[in-house]
Amino acid sequence: MSILAYNGGAMVAMKGENCVSIAADRRFGIQAQTVATNFEKIFEMGPHLYVGLPGLATDTQTVMEKLRFRKNFAMLSHMLYEKRFGPFFVEPVVAGLEPKTYEPFICNMDLIGCINQPKDFVVGGTASAQLYGMCEALWEPNLGPDDLFETTSQALINAFDRDAISGWGATIYIIEKDKVTIKNLKTRMD
Amino acid sequence: MSVLCPDIPAPGFSFENCRRNVMLENKGLALPKATKTGTTIVGIIYKDGVILGADTRATEDTTVADKNCEKIHYLAPNMYCCGAGTAADTEMTTQMISSQLELHRLYTNRVVRVATANQMLKQFLFRYQGYIGAALVLGGVDSTAMAVFESRWKPDMEEAEGVQLVRDAIAAGIFNDLGSGSNVDVCIIRKGAVDYRRTYDEANKKGQKQNSYKYPKGTTAVLTTKVVDIEEVVVKRFESEEMDTA
Amino acid sequence: MSLAVKPHYPDYSNAPIQRSFNPYADNGGSVVAIAGDDFVIIGADTRLSAGFSIYTREQNKLFQLSPTTVLGCSGCWCDTLTLTRILNSRMQMYQQEHNKIMSTEACAQMLSTMLYYKRFFPYYISNVLVGLDNNGKGCVYSYDPIGHCEKATYRAGGSAGALLQPLLDNQIGQKNMLNVKQESVSQEKALSIIKDVFISAAERDIYTGDSIQIKIITKEGIKEEKFELRKD
Repeated sequence: MSILAYNGGAMVAMKGENCVSIAADRRFGIQAQTVATNFEKIFEMGPHLYVGLPGLATDTQTVMEKLRFRKNFAMLSHMLYEKRFGPFFVEPVVAGLEPKTYEPFICNMDLIGCINQPKDFVVGGTASAQLYGMCEALWEPNLGPDDLFETTSQALINAFDRDAISGWGATIYIIEKDKVTIKNLKTRMD
Repeated sequence: MSVLCPDIPAPGFSFENCRRNVMLENKGLALPKATKTGTTIVGIIYKDGVILGADTRATEDTTVADKNCEKIHYLAPNMYCCGAGTAADTEMTTQMISSQLELHRLYTNRVVRVATANQMLKQFLFRYQGYIGAALVLGGVDSTAMAVFESRWKPDMEEAEGVQLVRDAIAAGIFNDLGSGSNVDVCIIRKGAVDYRRTYDEANKKGQKQNSYKYPKGTTAVLTTKVVDIEEVVVKRFESEEMDTA
Repeated sequence: MSLAVKPHYPDYSNAPIQRSFNPYADNGGSVVAIAGDDFVIIGADTRLSAGFSIYTREQNKLFQLSPTTVLGCSGCWCDTLTLTRILNSRMQMYQQEHNKIMSTEACAQMLSTMLYYKRFFPYYISNVLVGLDNNGKGCVYSYDPIGHCEKATYRAGGSAGALLQPLLDNQIGQKNMLNVKQESVSQEKALSIIKDVFISAAERDIYTGDSIQIKIITKEGIKEEKFELRKD
């Protein structure tokens, strides 16, 4: 088993029309044992900027604290690469709107900071294979905030239902120019 | 360290997690794999310069992590380089070398020679004894692409002919090597001019979906909703000044 | 990436030298099956690969066992060849002994028994068996390599199984959706979903691609279709 799969977790971010979404499950587990079902993995880094840190839970929190302290977001990738030979076990997912232009922005990184910046969606966590399958089929360009919410939620929920170590509730953030909508989703709890 | 006056972080790699990570590894938790480029990259010399080519797929084990990544990296105005291997290593190595080359250019007030970049890269990669897994410039030409060159490359080729050859070599990699895929990027470097053609050839298109999977509103069950209004944020951007290099 | 690299000097070691032989190969490929009230559809990609290379782009992975039963295989290709060869002869023996063609249910049970027979040296195959039952209703059976059998109405297996199964849960099983009528899937819908899931799989799984071969089984017979996928 990989260290990245020690605590489990699933995450997805998608681009829409003038909006972005980022969603994650709420499970915190130790291998197969579920310990808590209210563990947040997505953090606010600015009014329009959210970062999700799926992976080893201790590193999720350490990296989050480091980011909070530095508040210098452009450096996340370099912060991870600094630890090339002793990495943090997180694969960050970033979603937000660009300052000023409010262009949607999403990206993810591997654990040593290789940035991937696609035009559609990014996924992370132990259910990433399932999420890739869901998102490739569900995503389409120019989804409005309501459609983006449904598409992202359905992709996440159906994906983590086929992963034993993620699920147990989900949180989704829809980020628009003038507001952020945060929803807790009803899911299977087993 | 005080909050008011934080220490300047030590430059270079940090090894503070290593001991912990080795402990985790010894407990039987496998270390995760980083994204690999799994790449076909090529370069040829033609009559007036060189042509570089690359595919655009990055893989994480057997899944495709990035379908359209950039593997031809900028080094200097007269220099580009293709990278294969661990994706973060190729990216960061070329960035570091690129900034060193720029400093070197400012210091010497000359166009940096390719030999200089070559030497810098060699010294950098040698220092890390292969632990930085970046096969750069032309280190990672794979057998399928090489076969195309062996059969068709000749000295003093015309540019169009060279570009076509590079495209065919990358296409051979894209179709016959499962680690390579998606599109062809080409970069032509002539004396005094660079022509970077991103997505020169879209070798593969995503299939046309039969259905739309839009859901009617209210399909997903929601427990709680919270809306946070964001006030208009005034972002003032300070335009950076040109560095005085006179 | 490993840091705890221990130097290995074979010349200075007294430990006995160990050689290993791996009798299995993973040749990739994915199979998807969807059953309806009076039909069943099965699709498999036609790429046969090993490591990072492609052996062929047009390998048929669906095997017709009887006029109403089809087996889809992915995994170790040499095992597939042997298993299907033995299956075919068992089908023939059954027919000659009982003077009738084996039903889909019986065939499903026989496959399970044959797989478990090799419990400690299994066929390394992910099998999906589809067919019409005695009432003409479509059914899907999926197996693990040592003969565990599960009856379902839809199933994805093989190298992209994990990518495809959740989409089938959602679109065929109608999981996690409010305000939907539970109704059985139509043939056209099933066919289009099979094509779409393979399009998705070909994007992300390097072992799935080139094209898909689809078989539509109804009481009128078996119709075959081919659908192109990306080839990189």
